[in-house]
Amino acid sequence: MTSHAYETEALIAEDIDAYLERHQHKTMLRFITCGSVDDGKSTLIGRLLYDSKMIFEDQLAALESDSKRVGTQGGEIDFALLVDGLAAEREQGITIDVAYRFFATEKRKFIVADCPGHEQYTRNMVTGASTADLAVILIDARKGVLVQTRRHSFLCHQLGIRNIVLAVNKMDLVEYDRATFDAIVADYAAFAESIGIEGFVALPISGFKGDNITASSPHTPWYDGPSLIEHLESVEVRASVDGEKPFRMPVQWVNRPNLDFRGFSGLIATGSVRPGDAVRVLPSGKTSTVKSIASFDGDMAEAQAGQSVTICLEDEVDCSRGNVLAAADDPPEVADQFEATIVWLDDEALLPGRGYWLKLATQTVSASIAEPKYEINVNTMEHLAAKTLELNAIGVAEVTTDRPLVFESYADNRALGGFILIDKVTNRTVGAGMLHFSLRRAQNVHWQATSVTREDHAALKNQKPLVLWFTGLSGSGKSTIANEVEIGLKRMNRHTFLLDGDNIRHGLNKDLGFTDADRVENIRRIGEVAKLMADAGLIVLTAFISPFRAERQMVRDMLPDGELVEIFVDTPLEVAEGRDVKGLYKKAREGKLKNFTGIDSPYEAPERPDIVVNTVAMTPAEAADYIIKAIGQRI
Amino acid sequence: MPLQPTGRRMTTPLTHLQRLEAESIHIMREVVAEAEHPVMLYSIGKDSAVMLHLAKKAFYPSPPPFALLHVDTTWKFKDMYALREKSARDAGMELLVHHNPEAKSRGINPFDHGPLHTDMWKTEGLKQALDHYGFDAAFGGARRDEEKSRAKERIFSFRTASHGWDPKNQRPELWNLYNARKKKGESIRVFPISNWTELDIWQYIHLENIEIVPLYFSAVRPTFEYQGGLFMADDVERLEQVMGERPEITERSIRFRTLGCFPLTGAVESSAATLPEIIQEMLLTTTSERQGRVIDKDGGDASMEKKKQEGYF
Repeated sequence: MTSHAYETEALIAEDIDAYLERHQHKTMLRFITCGSVDDGKSTLIGRLLYDSKMIFEDQLAALESDSKRVGTQGGEIDFALLVDGLAAEREQGITIDVAYRFFATEKRKFIVADCPGHEQYTRNMVTGASTADLAVILIDARKGVLVQTRRHSFLCHQLGIRNIVLAVNKMDLVEYDRATFDAIVADYAAFAESIGIEGFVALPISGFKGDNITASSPHTPWYDGPSLIEHLESVEVRASVDGEKPFRMPVQWVNRPNLDFRGFSGLIATGSVRPGDAVRVLPSGKTSTVKSIASFDGDMAEAQAGQSVTICLEDEVDCSRGNVLAAADDPPEVADQFEATIVWLDDEALLPGRGYWLKLATQTVSASIAEPKYEINVNTMEHLAAKTLELNAIGVAEVTTDRPLVFESYADNRALGGFILIDKVTNRTVGAGMLHFSLRRAQNVHWQATSVTREDHAALKNQKPLVLWFTGLSGSGKSTIANEVEIGLKRMNRHTFLLDGDNIRHGLNKDLGFTDADRVENIRRIGEVAKLMADAGLIVLTAFISPFRAERQMVRDMLPDGELVEIFVDTPLEVAEGRDVKGLYKKAREGKLKNFTGIDSPYEAPERPDIVVNTVAMTPAEAADYIIKAIGQRI
Repeated sequence: MPLQPTGRRMTTPLTHLQRLEAESIHIMREVVAEAEHPVMLYSIGKDSAVMLHLAKKAFYPSPPPFALLHVDTTWKFKDMYALREKSARDAGMELLVHHNPEAKSRGINPFDHGPLHTDMWKTEGLKQALDHYGFDAAFGGARRDEEKSRAKERIFSFRTASHGWDPKNQRPELWNLYNARKKKGESIRVFPISNWTELDIWQYIHLENIEIVPLYFSAVRPTFEYQGGLFMADDVERLEQVMGERPEITERSIRFRTLGCFPLTGAVESSAATLPEIIQEMLLTTTSERQGRVIDKDGGDASMEKKKQEGYF
């Protein structure tokens, strides 16, 4: 234990009120430790906890017995056992998931994200880095800069961490040799510059022996920089930088207990706010003035970045969750097309064109990602051509959202530039992204308001537009039934149009094949065409396998509520295969046809279709009658 | 009126407690905005007291827009039950209390049934209550500094329809963007004070003047020794019933560092009668908080992780 720790303990014992007063004014720093498997990350964190007295006697006793039993330090205390918390990690002696650890010194409270080093856990590292102000990159002094060092530094830099500490660890194992240290630092400096890292602080340490952790080590007289703790205590935190930027607060929740109070609750992302400040509500652009900042402890005179507040405005402006309150004279941009860096986090690869939920601050919109411009090899930083992004891959791609987003570049504002992507079917968090800038296309292509509206088109035809979306296996009877339905509607004097899978693939979609990505694009185009026809007042019938739930949902989201009728043509695979009208199943079974739905490509049946027709029990004419009856009231 | 320019003012850095408070409030508001039917689990301990206080702050001047749920074992201290009623009333919140009817009818108790007591009353009881009311998000007061598997848990911790937790397949959680999406039947446990330490909790209680159960403060109380631990005889008649004999009662000056069921929660001899004295004792003490609780020790290293996979908080 250090002399500082003794002083603290004396203060606690003698004057607890003075200690509490001091502790109360501490600031907080969040940092991440990264390094490859055996660089001693967990040992370093264990050491920091130990030296700051965050380990109690009972834990230490358990640690000593564990160290003898399963430790990797030859019976000496294995600090790594303190931090590897999951059973699988302790068994395998590796870190799988991010663990958060806490310790405090005289000046600061620290939250450490201990991140795994393996390439297959890149997503966990990115998670840890997303909330960090600083990164400690560990290097084994015997090994120097490794592929992992480069990868971790690159990821930290991508996630916007501007404070990098290069901790050259295990100096005790190289006899505290200065030349070794200097060579590693020079090597790293060249690399850091090449990827745009503007500066870093390098320290020679031993987590195991405690050199240069809390105080300067007598073993490295040639090193005159700060100890690790001294550096962590003095580095500037991001929160204070954010406070000086223009005011932005994403609205989380509207607080309306009664008619006399309407407050907008949120966490201030940047800047500060006072009663009387002019603010703008985005994306609408309406302006108002801050009336008060309400709080449980009374109205506040000022609030700043990092505080959760409730703001009341002078005027009754329209404002709800997802809107952003911003400085009236310096608001953020609004756009719906962007370039972004995307990190893929899911086992199921990115499907370009598929609709994902995109959550940015408090805004959730539907978004699709284009085929990546390139993927970045995280080990060599090379740009590679890519059709998709697999688990742990990082690339740059264009993102299109279905509604305008209030945003800033990630480099300027993490809160308005960082987003996650959520799969609409599995609800898993599948990707994370950092916005670079909006695309000019979005800025310059505006919606042209037309005078004859979709209501006018429909009224002329004396009908309500509808999209009857038939989905089912190949050979299930979609086209046959859709054709029958169209004949029936014609008899009722309805204006219709049938979009058929095979016909569309001869023309509009003849450039598309049958890979998952092409199937997504196929359905997207058909959805857009169906939407235009519905706008023109038509009743549209579509007959496509449309195997994925997510794309059928995407089409539903394109249309006004209730305008899509999902009709599941429910035919068991063996029945469809038995019919095999086009001889396709035979080819697929013989391996002559790849990616055939039901054989080697999945069909996701609708969970809640609007109409189901069973073609085993019904003839096509009966099915068509059934469908027309079911939609009779709606057209 | 000319627009008054905003932003770009010099500000004093927020303290760590201000940042933690803001983070917790942000989390609570996200849940209320995104979940359909949230509830706050309330165990009456100091962490619950802080959670309730944060909830009042997060939604002021509205009362917190969810109920408090206490999954009771019937073995809590009398002082805890008293504070439970008062706290809910003061906050203007509905209080729901659930007792596992099976545990009740089978007379499950901490003396005869050991780990089964926790499993039946708490784990099963919690699952029953969440299913019964159809809650899709439940706030809990767990902290990452409490235990090793907690340190790895997300703030929004996804649970399957059968309440299982899969530690190896957690949703990545970046920045402060929480994914609250789930299918019907699935739910999310949310831990707004994940990043608080025990010291932060005590200091916040001190600064904000939050009411806590008197048992945290030292006083002369009836105690008995059992299997090497020191316990409080909160209800001697009931103890006698389940232990088969009347425990030998000694009056001692004791307090509790953590509160659970009275026969499972060990007391410490202490003279700390004010919050600064409690904090002082905690900082100078040499054993970790949960040592007084038997629950983490059943089943070795991975005991808490295993319980959580089965649906325990």
